[in-house]
Amino acid sequence: MVSLLCFRSVGVYLLRQATPIITRGGRISRPISKNLCFVLFSSSPKTSLLKPRAQSSENNSLVFKGDERVVGLVGKVVDDAFDKVDRFQSSSTIVAIVTPIGGPPGAVGIVRLSGPKAVEVARRVFRSAKKTKKKESDSDTWRPKSHFVEYGVVVDSNGNVVDEVLAVPMLAPRSYTREDVVELQCHGSEVCLRRVLRTCVEAGARLAEPGEFTLRAFLNGRLDLSQAENVEKLISAKSSAAADAALEGIQGGFSSLVKSLRAQCIELLTEIEARLDFEDEMPPLDIESVINKITSMSQNVESALDTANYDKLLQSGLQIAIVGRPNVGKSSLLNAWSKSERAIVTEVAGTTRDVVEANVTVRGVPITLLDTAGIRETNDIVEKIGVERSETAAKVADVIIMAVSAVEGWTEEDTELLRKIQSDKPMILVMNKIDCAPPGSCDQLEDQRKKEEVFHKSVFTSAVTGQGIEELEDAILEILGLDRVPTGGHQWTVNQRQCEQLVRTKEALVRLREAIEDEIPIDFWTIELREAALSLAQISGQDVSEEVLSSIFAKFCIGK
Amino acid sequence: MRAAAAATATVSLRHFRSFPTIVPSLLFSSSSSIPFHSPRLCVFLRPRQLFLNRPLAASFSSSSSGATSDSTYDVIVVGAGHAGCEAALASARLGASTLLLTLNLDRIAWQPCNPAVGGPAKSQLVHEVDALGGDIGKVADRCYLQKRILNVSRGPAVRSLRAQTDKREYATEMKKIVDSTENLCIREAMVTDIIVGKNDNVKGVATFFGMNFYAPSVILTTGTFMSGKIWVGKKSMPAGRAGESASQGLTENLQKLGFETDRLKTGTPARVDRRTIDFSNLEAQHGDEEVSWFSFDPDFHIEREQMCCYLTRTTKITHQLIRDNLHETPTYGGWVEAKGPRYCPSIEDKIVRFKDKESHQIFLEPEGRDVPEIYVQGFSTGLPENLQLPLLRSLPGLENCSMLRPAYAVEYDYLPAHQCSRSLMTKKIEGLFFSGQINGTTGYEEAAAQGIISGINAARHADGKKHVVLERESSYIGTLIDDLVTKDLREPYRMLTSRSEHRLLLRFDNADSRLTPLGRELGLIDDRRWKLYQEKQARISEEKKRLKTVKISVAVGDLAAEVSSVSSQPVKESATLESLLKKPHIHYKLLEKHGFGNETLSRMEKDCVEIDIKYEGFIVRQQNQLQQMVHQQHRRLPDDLDYYSMTTLSHEGREKLSKVRPETIGQASRVGGVSPADITALLITLESNRRRTQDVKRGKILEHALAESNPQWVEDREHVVNE
Repeated sequence: MVSLLCFRSVGVYLLRQATPIITRGGRISRPISKNLCFVLFSSSPKTSLLKPRAQSSENNSLVFKGDERVVGLVGKVVDDAFDKVDRFQSSSTIVAIVTPIGGPPGAVGIVRLSGPKAVEVARRVFRSAKKTKKKESDSDTWRPKSHFVEYGVVVDSNGNVVDEVLAVPMLAPRSYTREDVVELQCHGSEVCLRRVLRTCVEAGARLAEPGEFTLRAFLNGRLDLSQAENVEKLISAKSSAAADAALEGIQGGFSSLVKSLRAQCIELLTEIEARLDFEDEMPPLDIESVINKITSMSQNVESALDTANYDKLLQSGLQIAIVGRPNVGKSSLLNAWSKSERAIVTEVAGTTRDVVEANVTVRGVPITLLDTAGIRETNDIVEKIGVERSETAAKVADVIIMAVSAVEGWTEEDTELLRKIQSDKPMILVMNKIDCAPPGSCDQLEDQRKKEEVFHKSVFTSAVTGQGIEELEDAILEILGLDRVPTGGHQWTVNQRQCEQLVRTKEALVRLREAIEDEIPIDFWTIELREAALSLAQISGQDVSEEVLSSIFAKFCIGK
Repeated sequence: MRAAAAATATVSLRHFRSFPTIVPSLLFSSSSSIPFHSPRLCVFLRPRQLFLNRPLAASFSSSSSGATSDSTYDVIVVGAGHAGCEAALASARLGASTLLLTLNLDRIAWQPCNPAVGGPAKSQLVHEVDALGGDIGKVADRCYLQKRILNVSRGPAVRSLRAQTDKREYATEMKKIVDSTENLCIREAMVTDIIVGKNDNVKGVATFFGMNFYAPSVILTTGTFMSGKIWVGKKSMPAGRAGESASQGLTENLQKLGFETDRLKTGTPARVDRRTIDFSNLEAQHGDEEVSWFSFDPDFHIEREQMCCYLTRTTKITHQLIRDNLHETPTYGGWVEAKGPRYCPSIEDKIVRFKDKESHQIFLEPEGRDVPEIYVQGFSTGLPENLQLPLLRSLPGLENCSMLRPAYAVEYDYLPAHQCSRSLMTKKIEGLFFSGQINGTTGYEEAAAQGIISGINAARHADGKKHVVLERESSYIGTLIDDLVTKDLREPYRMLTSRSEHRLLLRFDNADSRLTPLGRELGLIDDRRWKLYQEKQARISEEKKRLKTVKISVAVGDLAAEVSSVSSQPVKESATLESLLKKPHIHYKLLEKHGFGNETLSRMEKDCVEIDIKYEGFIVRQQNQLQQMVHQQHRRLPDDLDYYSMTTLSHEGREKLSKVRPETIGQASRVGGVSPADITALLITLESNRRRTQDVKRGKILEHALAESNPQWVEDREHVVNE
């Protein structure tokens, strides 16, 4: 009997220590297999099923002891790391738009958060309507109830409402990835979805890689084995896609800024770390120049994030004024572009007396077109007011389209008008009526554009046939730097990633400047610089160390 | 009776070790025939309990009592340098009968190059070895000529101690410790071969004169001696160090066992006679007035008189002389190919690579109190001997110097350390460990750090216990070993603070609270040290509590006024001392000045308190980041993974992973050429494999369960299968 008891406990011991495989599968499988084994161990004669884990784990004890002094600070230091390491646990919280984008907008789109901090991130961006009614200040302690839908809004870091959403918390393990998942159901337009995504990124989530939710689901024991193959395919597709992205990233968006920022981080790390490791062999560090560099870096990051902010455009849209002499076809252009009969079109010069608005959407950016009265010297009081309004419209618009007639070519009045409306705003020269233009007039106009130098682009259009409208849209996107943001496409992803990198860099630099202001020793600066360099390159810390070391040895004469 | 008990213990231990195979059969064969079915077995199966309850030396009784011959030991350490000494001491202290073999008994723990211990990152290694109960820190504390704290104001993580040491005294002191340690024998011998058993396990070593020594664990710490060759100009001779013969034959025999070897180069500068130097115009470098210590053991904190170092610089003449004779140097003349370290360039390298620099700093450091030798730091050269003196004499202050030893370079064999696992045992031969320069490192501190780990593991291996692995983020020792076994190193490896991603957590001041509990658990920290440690930690945490609770009134006393003027920050009414300490430029000393200190604390303890409070935010953030990644990084990889069959891995990834055979996911991700996509693919493969085996097992379990309830079923089934 004694021996029987003993074997029982051995059996349990084995189960607990040597075969997490069995206890691992989750709540469902555990009790079953345990019971089974109990039965087996107590009486079954010859069973050799429980081959223990690989020999190596028997031989090796892994020591990861924390610092006893900080135990109190951090709570539980990984004492039982050995028990836990065999489970897959992702360290990061990922976010992505999981409904298709790029096609016609759906009614609802979903942004999904998954990972250990999913709830924390959601708490930062989501304000439940229920709670805000009760108590304003209590809103940041949102306690999600798993699988209960809550209505509320997503707000950005400044407290501005981004979108109305339904939040669906699905807490681990009852979720697709078996991690904490929060899905935010937003309005289906891309604008909304992107802004919610961006807010989540700013709140600390990382953009998910293609297939990453599925990957996590698989690694956490979901999906069946046959699906692993699909995951593997996704991953290998991912690496080639990553190569593509890297290649495309060379030209797109912020890439040159990201590269130069990274180089600056490495340079500063080199300067500082060289002093730390080779103190007595180095000339003293020029702290002031380091601080100046850091300041200019953070200015660069912030201005990049501010100006090249698609979100701003997405939010407010653009105003484009179409100006020109009378009867060059401005109103027909507006109608052709907006596919409407918004403006009255006649053969009579000066038909348009007031500013006419029409809305179009170019690649997700809402655009307000302003058709204006033809600008000319006139004695007609109504027309005169119209001309004044045209000039005002040109002043308030983000982009000016100057229309000329390809039939008549560039005229004296055009030069005069150009002088009147000239500003530092981006301008596009539209040569309209191309369908009935005499041959050669195009060249003349093109020469003129080059001479004037104020036009960023020129486009030939025909409001009658619709020719050139697409080119016009492209020209606008290009001028705004949005040409590399095709909807939902690859490049968009690249830009999003660069944006994310900049957001992370900004955070690190903000902390760095705080540290400098608090006169924290220089070693702490390296922590933030390293983080900035890491987020800019998305490579591992060891690689940064190696790069900094190589740079130190290349740059400084060190060695005893 | 005692012997019997010990024997039972050993037997059950052995079974515990191999219980993967034994236990199932034991469990399921007819139970009555098992010889030890007492409840005791269960007790022994709890490793922790077993570990703590057993007297240290007892466990080895079987191996030493079984073979009483002088030639049989538990652990043999080959080489008595800084790695060998720490290894032998750790092993002997764990109760293993240990033999330390060296080529020359008079050169134990010799400092053939710079007579100094510590410096950035290296001092952290020394503190860590000391926290585990090692000796390098104690000996350096005992033999210092000068001590300085570097990076004083640059942050607690990079603050480091450097000591100039008396190299003869150092060797003598270490010899004394080695001589007086129980279970440790020392003997002169040149090891030429490793004796290997049938199962690719080490059995012992063969020596040049024909003696064989036997042990289940052997540690090689060959330093620069394995096929060592020294160079002065174009002349070379086989030698491990100047004046000491090299060890021949071992490399070839290791190669025969299938090990990959390669060659490295390092060098040491000339020594000059102190009496022939004119110090009057040289800048003096004094030691710190308040001396700091490597060891956490206050018994070794004995202050002594300090000596001075001096600073001189290269001149135009030096540079000209070198440029004129570049063809005479091995590197530029082209007759030595082995790679030297980047951080230890010869003076000719510095002058060629940094043409714009008009002058380089040269440090003159004493080698001992009773010897006239001065180490000319920063001046190693491959120039022939006849040019070395004129070169030295081009330095200010050395115009009339006489040279006692010429500078020389040394080339030696090493074994790229990816052939070791993180316990420092080789992957090919069970029980064979490598430590120190043989693994491609440089430096006494790096050697000592590896030595203590291999010593611990060799002893545990001989005793059939689990090996100890220090994770990368636990310590500089862990970082060092992880780098060695994972990375493809092309130059001698020196520890640098920038090599650790977690250095804020790996400071000098917390080396004991990180590692001493482990040292205690292993059996290297005795009761006295343990008590000291616990008292220290208690005082620190008491003091932190006190600072949190004691409040000062702004109106009364000068403290508030001085704090706000020093930190240029306002002080709130009834601020706690803790909040004051968090302000910039406010140190514990200021609290003391105004009578708010605690006199029972040592300076070190005050530092600890100050660091914990002042940098709490940073420390907690880093600790949290670390914990997040640890779970994933420490996930183990099976030993038998066939990387070549994983078609989803990149070709480079397959090749590199097959070569390094990492033990964890984290280590795999650090192997050069392995991309994040490779790691994901690896995770998927692991999970798929796990599911497959699980399915198979589930099937079997079900089958047996059914078989149990209905034995007929299985028979039927077998019947069907057979048909």
